[in-house]
Amino acid sequence: MTETDTNPVLTISGLTVDFDTPTGPVHAVRGVDINVRAGETVAIVGESGSGKSQTMMAAMGLLASNGRTSGEVTYQDRNILGMSVRELNQVRGKKITMIFQEPMTSLDPLYTIGRQLAEPMVVHGGLSWKAAQAKALELLALVNIPEPERKIKAYPYELSGGQRQRVMIAMALANDPDVLIADEPTTALDVTTQAQILELLADLQKRLGMAVIFITHDLGIVRKIADRVYVMKDGEVVETGETRPIFETPAHPYTRMLLDAEPTGSKAVVDPKAPILLEAQKIQVAFALDAGFLTPSHVLKAVDDVSFSLRRGQTLGIVGESGSGKSTLGRAVLNLLPASGRVVFNGELISGKNRASMRALRRNMQLVFQDPFGSLSPRLTVGQIISEGLLVHEPSLSARERDERACQALEEVALDPVMRNRYPHEFSGGQRQRIAIARTMVLKPDLVVLDEPTSALDRTIQKQIVDLLRDLQTAHGLTYLFISHDLAVVRAIADTVMVMQRGKVVEAGQTEDIFEAPQSAYTRELIGAALLTQSHLAEG
Amino acid sequence: MTPTSLETGKTPAKGRSLWDDARDRLLANRAAVASMIVLSAITLISILGPMLSPHSFDKVYRGYVKVPASLSAYPKPDEIEPAFRTLLKRARVTIVDYAREGDEVVVDITSKREIDPRTVRYVDRSDMFENAVLEGFAADKKSAVLRADINFVHFYFGTDANGRDMMTRTFIAGRVSLTIGLLATVVAITIGVIYGATSGYLGGRIDQMMMRVVDVLYSLPFIFFVIMLVVFFGRNFILMFIAVGAVEWLDMARIVRGQTLTIKRQEYVQAAEAMGVSDGGILKRHIIPNTLGPVVVYMTLLVPKVILLESFLSFLGLGVQEPMTSWGVLISEGARNLQGAPWMLIFPSIFLTSTLFALNFIGDGLRDALDPKDR
Repeated sequence: MTETDTNPVLTISGLTVDFDTPTGPVHAVRGVDINVRAGETVAIVGESGSGKSQTMMAAMGLLASNGRTSGEVTYQDRNILGMSVRELNQVRGKKITMIFQEPMTSLDPLYTIGRQLAEPMVVHGGLSWKAAQAKALELLALVNIPEPERKIKAYPYELSGGQRQRVMIAMALANDPDVLIADEPTTALDVTTQAQILELLADLQKRLGMAVIFITHDLGIVRKIADRVYVMKDGEVVETGETRPIFETPAHPYTRMLLDAEPTGSKAVVDPKAPILLEAQKIQVAFALDAGFLTPSHVLKAVDDVSFSLRRGQTLGIVGESGSGKSTLGRAVLNLLPASGRVVFNGELISGKNRASMRALRRNMQLVFQDPFGSLSPRLTVGQIISEGLLVHEPSLSARERDERACQALEEVALDPVMRNRYPHEFSGGQRQRIAIARTMVLKPDLVVLDEPTSALDRTIQKQIVDLLRDLQTAHGLTYLFISHDLAVVRAIADTVMVMQRGKVVEAGQTEDIFEAPQSAYTRELIGAALLTQSHLAEG
Repeated sequence: MTPTSLETGKTPAKGRSLWDDARDRLLANRAAVASMIVLSAITLISILGPMLSPHSFDKVYRGYVKVPASLSAYPKPDEIEPAFRTLLKRARVTIVDYAREGDEVVVDITSKREIDPRTVRYVDRSDMFENAVLEGFAADKKSAVLRADINFVHFYFGTDANGRDMMTRTFIAGRVSLTIGLLATVVAITIGVIYGATSGYLGGRIDQMMMRVVDVLYSLPFIFFVIMLVVFFGRNFILMFIAVGAVEWLDMARIVRGQTLTIKRQEYVQAAEAMGVSDGGILKRHIIPNTLGPVVVYMTLLVPKVILLESFLSFLGLGVQEPMTSWGVLISEGARNLQGAPWMLIFPSIFLTSTLFALNFIGDGLRDALDPKDR
């Protein structure tokens, strides 16, 4: 946190970005002024669509082909906006570098880590391959990758998400940049990995003295690492200032709303003697990995011996990092995957039933997916999507009756039924998730398995969805199986929590007990990491 | 359930589907729009042309074998007299005086014998003259005046080796080629989409088996297959596009199967499964509509391919039969007569190539319009 140097190293003034689309120009950024001083961390905060990423993309000359810019981006007394690509490349990727959200796709799967790190140094820096390899090794050590000598020969698929992001950071550091732009660098990562990457970034900044521009929607991160904050909304900076005052006395209502976006409240307690709706015993899901040419086949146990029972009206939160088997468990319970063990739903044994005999039961057990962009069929209207279940389970309904039911379901999720003839791509992420929920509600199910329903959404939208889910639960006496890696959301919605790691249950119990007095080390680590990255205003 | 909710009364806002977006993008593509205009003009001409043309497509003009394309009428002024003289020589009468009065030829003729009134038939039989009459017979009937109208005809595209009008033949060939192109493509796509989507969606052993069947059919030589069909069912116009369609669906099935494999991993398909939608419903509502983008593009490329295949078959004598014709047949005839009568090749080629170009541009335009990257 250095604030000695007051000379801005990068100044953005009056930047506008417009996109030409068939439906007219879209003003993504409207006159933004941002300056970054050497060695400081500046956070740009806003919800998706606020133009925070496009601002930086424009500054780096990385806009899509239909984008137009005006204004000035000054680096070392030169306006780099509208420079020719050749001139720009003297700055871009060398002195101003960028890391992206998705570490899975930012690396070329066909080349080793070492080659990908060394190539720009050979091509741009004029180093020999040998010297570049040595430098690459140094960089890998710098970003704390374990066993750098071995990892330098590894291909991207051999690394975990967190390690890949470290490689991306190493790449960005190769030419001693003055400014590092990090565009949501931790959003795609698990909470514990997230915390490690943030620590790494803070540490590197301290050692190398570069400026960091941190683009994020997560205020918890901002509070932890940023010196100054720019809050963006609809392509404009609505508030700016030092981090602390912004968090303590936010002036703009939008900032207050963002700060207030943490899911709050907890679920009303249900009758502990309510009948058991779902009982799962010793669920096991194993995937047989095919034998390779030289490797013997082996069995991957995605879910290993998990048992739980769920009473009517209750919510069970299943928490774990990616790869812990929580989603697989959710699908196994719905008999969408072959699994061993016993699942009893509503007094009926459903394990081992085939697809045809499951069909009638499906209306009472529904599934909501994580990605609201992928889970709605793009060529059907919203009305058709919502009423599809009725087509299957209540075939006697007329088209008109189905339409009415779809309208009711839309009203229940607080969407205007007038929009039912629109297509999914015309809706925002939050609206799409509401549509996905409406699709399950139209059948009036007993059990809904929610597979990370809030993870792809902004914090403020998350809060709305959580409130909506709680309201629906009380209104219809629904039972939820809530799968999430987000502890704050789980805390706000679940009665009981089950923590999973590598297919096994680590800890299970009442929500408050788990959060207040975690028993296992893994749970404590998860909660600790979550505290680091989430805004807990009470403690500040 | 409440009988009516208030909201259903309101007229719901109409949404813009992805197809609407694609259509707008396609209409913004100038090459594609121009191609669509060209294609519809060719289609219209092929349908209406033969009806409006003064010549029938199978009418043979013996007097006009392989005449070049021309905007002025036949017979040419300098051809009339020699032609008339030749005719009358054949009728064994001598011309005393030849005169042309407008569109009429008036000749004084004599003969050593009495002039047979049937002499006019020699004149009428020719394609150049009509309504020949003998009048003003002399008393000995050995001299008379013969009048005949000159029959002016236009051959804008020239005539072929049998003296048939190339323009009408090109138009009628367009009917055949476009029909085969369209119908065979529809046959190929219907079979291919259903087969490919089913195979890809069901997966596993069924998929393996269904695709091996496709492989086996692939390995059958096309010509062998067509000859076999002809042997069993005889030569038939409908057989043509069954044969072509039945071969071309193999590509389509592979394309759609590949698409289906990716689509069935999409969450909306899983969501439908979790809702208990049957396999048929998933295929019909979720998978097939989402594969149609590449299918439409492939279709525009398949039509020209099928038109060319048909001409190949006709060239071998397995396709359409004389006097019916297709562009492929006309072009192969034209190619044989290239040295003496280039117009026989040029005009059908112009029609075929502009159709193929138009379809390719439309295909390109569609591919760009349906490209998900632009969304």
